[in-house]
Amino acid sequence: MNTPDAIVHRPDYGALMSEPLPLIPEPLLQAVNLQCERDKRILFRELSFSILPGTVTRVEGPNGSGKTTLLRILAGLNDAWTGELKWCGAPVANHREEFLRNMLYLGHRPGIKPLLTPLENLRALMAGRRPVSDAALSQALQGTGLAGYENVPCRNLSAGQQRRVALARLLIADEPLWLLDEVFTAIDANGVAAIEALLQQRAAEGGAVLVTTHHDLALPGMHRLVLGKGGVADER
Amino acid sequence: MNAETRLAAQLASSRVGALAAMKGVFARDMKVAFRQRQDLLNPLLFFIMVVTLFPLGVSPEVSFLSQAGAGILWVAALLSVLLSLDHLFRHDFDDGTLEQLVLQPQPLFLLILAKTTAHWMLTGLPLVILAPVLGVMVHLDGNSIAVLCLTLLIGTPVLSLIGAIGAALTLGLRSAGVLLSLLIIPLYIPVLIFGTGTVAAAAEGASVGAYLALMGAFLVLALTLAPFAAAAALKISLSNG
Amino acid sequence: MWQIFHKLGSPKWFFGISTRFMPWLLAGGVLLLMAGVVWGLAFAPKDYLQGNSYRIIFIHVPTAFMAQSVYIMMASAALVTLVWRMKLADVFVKAVAPVGLVLTFLALFTGSVWGKPTWGTWWIWDARLTSMLILLFLYGGVIALDRAINDEKSAARAVAVLVVVGVVNIPIIKYSVDWWNTLHQPATFKLTEKPSMPAEMWVPLLLSVLGLYLIFGWLACVRMQTEILSREQRTRWVKEFVLKGRV
Repeated sequence: MNTPDAIVHRPDYGALMSEPLPLIPEPLLQAVNLQCERDKRILFRELSFSILPGTVTRVEGPNGSGKTTLLRILAGLNDAWTGELKWCGAPVANHREEFLRNMLYLGHRPGIKPLLTPLENLRALMAGRRPVSDAALSQALQGTGLAGYENVPCRNLSAGQQRRVALARLLIADEPLWLLDEVFTAIDANGVAAIEALLQQRAAEGGAVLVTTHHDLALPGMHRLVLGKGGVADER
Repeated sequence: MNAETRLAAQLASSRVGALAAMKGVFARDMKVAFRQRQDLLNPLLFFIMVVTLFPLGVSPEVSFLSQAGAGILWVAALLSVLLSLDHLFRHDFDDGTLEQLVLQPQPLFLLILAKTTAHWMLTGLPLVILAPVLGVMVHLDGNSIAVLCLTLLIGTPVLSLIGAIGAALTLGLRSAGVLLSLLIIPLYIPVLIFGTGTVAAAAEGASVGAYLALMGAFLVLALTLAPFAAAAALKISLSNG
Repeated sequence: MWQIFHKLGSPKWFFGISTRFMPWLLAGGVLLLMAGVVWGLAFAPKDYLQGNSYRIIFIHVPTAFMAQSVYIMMASAALVTLVWRMKLADVFVKAVAPVGLVLTFLALFTGSVWGKPTWGTWWIWDARLTSMLILLFLYGGVIALDRAINDEKSAARAVAVLVVVGVVNIPIIKYSVDWWNTLHQPATFKLTEKPSMPAEMWVPLLLSVLGLYLIFGWLACVRMQTEILSREQRTRWVKEFVLKGRV
């Protein structure tokens, strides 16, 4: 299991072990022996880890180590992989709809239509997930500092503001698992602090967050999942 | 269901039915299209221009046009739909809304069906509405025009549905537009043959009920199978991107 | 059961086993094809209507028949790719698509050459020829899509979807073209399908079809082996094969 290109993430049970009856929570998401090959290059292999409720995990690694690919695999957007993925102990493939209902993924591309207003965008994004009132959506937009922009087409907003529209979903999210890929891009210092607080809050509520970022994200108790350089020759 | 699943289910409890999700997808596509009206006009202008080429390029004689008219209109409509297909998923792919669509906790084929319906309403249906005018210009008689419009009404949704498979397969590829045409045109041939054949049969005074029923069968087949194929293709293309 | 299935899908296993029976495929194929073609071209009786020109059917029919059955085989493999993700099925589809294209082209070419003395023109919009032309387009699309996608696994799966969609459409296309043909030119002379073909004609025809089947099998194996070596080049068994010359 100890391979040079995949450092296995082990949650720290030390604190729990000292207590008389250790209460180890069952992982929300579990990956066993993940392997992903892309254009004849192995991004990672024998990658196993568990995402426990109440944790924030940062996926780290150099460029091209497969951080984005890993998040896309976990979200179910990329299915060019082998191994096992489990949601609450059961294979994700068998409970796809339930998994999707409980997972929020935000990718590089914000998922915002430039021709629609922030409010319309949010409404469309939530349409297939759950009913949310317009008042709640407006409140979420205000929470991300977009008050007064609710009805301005997104193409007239800055890159950071567009990103904030996508991030407004974090304020109304009821999904316990968040997979966030480079969400701090184009966000100012205040915004970063606010998002950090949201991530911690979600963890405190019993959710779990996986995040990739180039920011110096250092939350107390944050876990790390380190991906290697990849591109190692496959010696079977 | 174990404890964690229950906990998770409690967190994300309320749901939205598939129909509401489809409505959401449809409404957004319509809204985006009407914010950019020029894009709606382009396939129509293309349709008119292609039809114009035939009298200029072949012959303006009434005898030729009235015989070839249905075929000309069908070919022009087919090319026009083909031209618009590239947009079906591309903008959504580029801005990331497609990822979010696939990640909705809904059956993907139904969402694709909603998108394809919007696509047909925005491209196929206007062609059907415009067809009588062009039919008069190529000297089709009244009965032929009526039958032609009926075949276009049944046939253009089939074009959109089959086209969705091609658009999903070529998503994110270089020169996707040309490739899309290469993949899809052979599959369009039966619709073209029966579309024009029905008008020809009507012109000869034959009953067209059976032909229209057959085209209806194509539509049912496309409605039931194409969204699944397009959903599979879309997942593959997203994996790649 | 699953183990056998898995083993069948292993490229290495296929590489070993195919090397063993490839010579037999080639030898048998060449023998049958030669027998069929020589018999057909030199010894079969003249056709009372078309004279000697009909003899091109001994090449046309086998290629046309193979062109269609190769697509069916591809579709079966594509289904396996989509359902079980078997590596070998991917390799098969990729390896035989160009072979199918060439066979379809040969069928069209021989059909057109046959058309010249029979109808006095190189091309006629006959139902069969038109169907073959559309089959050529389908093969072309499959190959174009495969070349356009860089990642070989994505390419294999995208191609599989296209091939399956194509095979659903083939009967519809064939039926439409037949209907279209009767609509536009009723009662044309049919290329093949003489209801009463004497044994001296159909026996050599059968021989050459069988021969071409075996040669196709051999060619598919050769192309699949090449593809497997390129795909598995980083694995140990391929390195050993290159060094020692055996699996």
